[in-house]
Amino acid sequence: MKVLVAMSGGVDSSVAAALMKDEGHDVIGVTLRLWSGPGGQAPTAGCCTVSDAEDARRVAAELRIPYYVLDYVDDFRDGVVDRFVHDYASGLTPNPCIECNRTVKFDRLLKSLGDFDCEVLVTGHHVRSREIDGVWHLLRGTDKAKDQSYVLSMLTQVELSSTRFPVGELMKRDVRRIAAGMGMRSAHKPESMDICFVGDGDYRAFLEEIAPDVFRPGPLVDTAGNEMGSHDGIVGFTVGQRRGLGVAVGEPRFVVRIDSESATVVLGSRDDLLVSGVELSDVTWTDGVGGTGDLMAQYRAHGDPVAASLAGSTLMFEEPQPALAPGQTVAFYDGDRVLGGALITSTNL
Amino acid sequence: MIYLDHAATTPMRPEVWDAMAPYASGVFGNSSGVHDVSRQAKNALEEARERVAAMLGARPMEIIFTSGGTESDNLALKGAVWSPRDRSGVVAVATEHEAILETVDFLRRLGSPTALVDVDNEGFVDSEAVVDATDPNTAVVSVMLVNNETGLIQDVGAVAEAVKGSDSDIYVHTDAVQGFASEDIDVGALNVDMMTITAHKFGGPKGTGLLYVREGTEIEPVLHGGGQELGRRSGTHDVAGAVGLARAMELAVADRERFRSQIGQIRDDFEERLGAGIDDVALNTPRVGRSSHHLNVRIPRIRNETLLMRLDQRGVAASAGSACQSGAATVSHVLEAMGLTPALARESLRFSFGWTSTTDESIEAADIIVELVEKLR
Repeated sequence: MKVLVAMSGGVDSSVAAALMKDEGHDVIGVTLRLWSGPGGQAPTAGCCTVSDAEDARRVAAELRIPYYVLDYVDDFRDGVVDRFVHDYASGLTPNPCIECNRTVKFDRLLKSLGDFDCEVLVTGHHVRSREIDGVWHLLRGTDKAKDQSYVLSMLTQVELSSTRFPVGELMKRDVRRIAAGMGMRSAHKPESMDICFVGDGDYRAFLEEIAPDVFRPGPLVDTAGNEMGSHDGIVGFTVGQRRGLGVAVGEPRFVVRIDSESATVVLGSRDDLLVSGVELSDVTWTDGVGGTGDLMAQYRAHGDPVAASLAGSTLMFEEPQPALAPGQTVAFYDGDRVLGGALITSTNL
Repeated sequence: MIYLDHAATTPMRPEVWDAMAPYASGVFGNSSGVHDVSRQAKNALEEARERVAAMLGARPMEIIFTSGGTESDNLALKGAVWSPRDRSGVVAVATEHEAILETVDFLRRLGSPTALVDVDNEGFVDSEAVVDATDPNTAVVSVMLVNNETGLIQDVGAVAEAVKGSDSDIYVHTDAVQGFASEDIDVGALNVDMMTITAHKFGGPKGTGLLYVREGTEIEPVLHGGGQELGRRSGTHDVAGAVGLARAMELAVADRERFRSQIGQIRDDFEERLGAGIDDVALNTPRVGRSSHHLNVRIPRIRNETLLMRLDQRGVAASAGSACQSGAATVSHVLEAMGLTPALARESLRFSFGWTSTTDESIEAADIIVELVEKLR
């Protein structure tokens, strides 16, 4: 089979390429050039830096597979960065990595499979997929601590049927062992944690540079609407945030809500963070059919799933949950199996 | 492999390697030393300089050996701007190589007044437009001889004459890197004060080149140190490189007539074959006024990135003409300067031929391209 491996230069996708090659497939490696930075400079942190592309190139050379860097800067800026900036300015809590996976890594790369004469896309994600009676299922990765099914929860049959996730079958330590056995430089590289286009993980500085107009001062109020202070712009706040609020009161205060239109940041107690349910949009079902009823919901990449019940676009939790924010993704599970995913539009329930 | 990327670099001629070998092993001396092995090295270096100068119509002391095209371009512009002369302006053509454009931008950031002159939609620059872009503060004007992406030949002599006619104190530099294999190059005829040549574009080694600097031209060195090259370029001499450069130039000069006719014919046959198989292929350069070994074409509705990768799969090496350091195809500034939209520039590819090119392999490559284009469409 002719396969296209999306290589980031990290250990997981490097091993994915090696495994496919070992299985006798015809492998082509690609790295996406996603971002050239506000001033044209390449990012130095995150998952798509220049040095990472160089690592991927070296791995490809070692494996003797063709390797190319694809220029997706325009797609990434329009589909991911602009949306991130817009969402943040709207008081949402976006996850650009999910959007990037969906609109760039999967959508664009799958559409270009034909250009490479390849049948299947391979990535280094820690998830598993299985075809049962003609339907593709997405499962949590074998290594539960590294599971990435949350960020891929909005994939559908179209994507799943033409994508393979070889390292999702393995424990991370085994992935590292394979990499070390092959002499890969990436075997002991640290995990990429930061948002790749935000240098040093400081998204405030990033937004200040790329979208200075989103810094509009506004009031800090309590849940009853009493003004407690002021702030320099809502983009500096995230629901659940406790530090750097600029108000001193006796008990711990958290950001419980952000109203972008009036630039109001609402502060409350730990209890005020709890929501009983959320409204959803873009509800996507892995099998394309979907349904309603009881399921397990996970609303953070590495959070625990909680019992919930879905009716239409309303998701009610069995127990109230803390610090959910519009813009976040919710993934639905049945045990290890991903049922689907959706975006939170409001938590005012 | 069918290699159609000679504008990027060329395979070394075996005679060049043979000429260099003694200076990479036995005659290893530092040409500045006071012992026999160094005198032998120094002798070879100066002999190479004399041979090189004679081929360019220059005097030996007017040749500065460098590490190649980029260094020579940097030295020409920075050297002219930083010289004790009271002039700091730089004028260049919009379609120059990055080694010129990025140096111009660097000098601009340091405070130099700079100007880039537009080209017409065929890629030609107007001499008067270049003159108009200069002012009494202009130190140097840079005009490329043969464009690396399109093969377009600029009338450097005419530009130099116009510029010097308006202000004889402006230095004229030409980047002749892409032209040496095919064009008769004489610094007197070109009327330039500085000229860049690099060996690896015509069968010589990578990492060695020269800057011709006309006697009396005042330039400040960029590399300071031990004072080699009459203080204009410090650093222990790459004697093997200089010998290789000289040998490669001699072989290229001896081969030039064949190169122009035979390689030109191979390029033309290739172009015809492409045109016969793909009815809407468009030429990005005029047929008259281009080199014998470059071909820049646009194949509508096919992204160059895709076709290049598919060609690589089939063993055909070509180029988009421009790429960032990561290897990703970027939008060509040359084609954009000629008025192509970014979308059209992304449909453009460069095929470049050289001393090893043959008719059979070129026709085979053209057929592969036609086949792939049919598939991709």
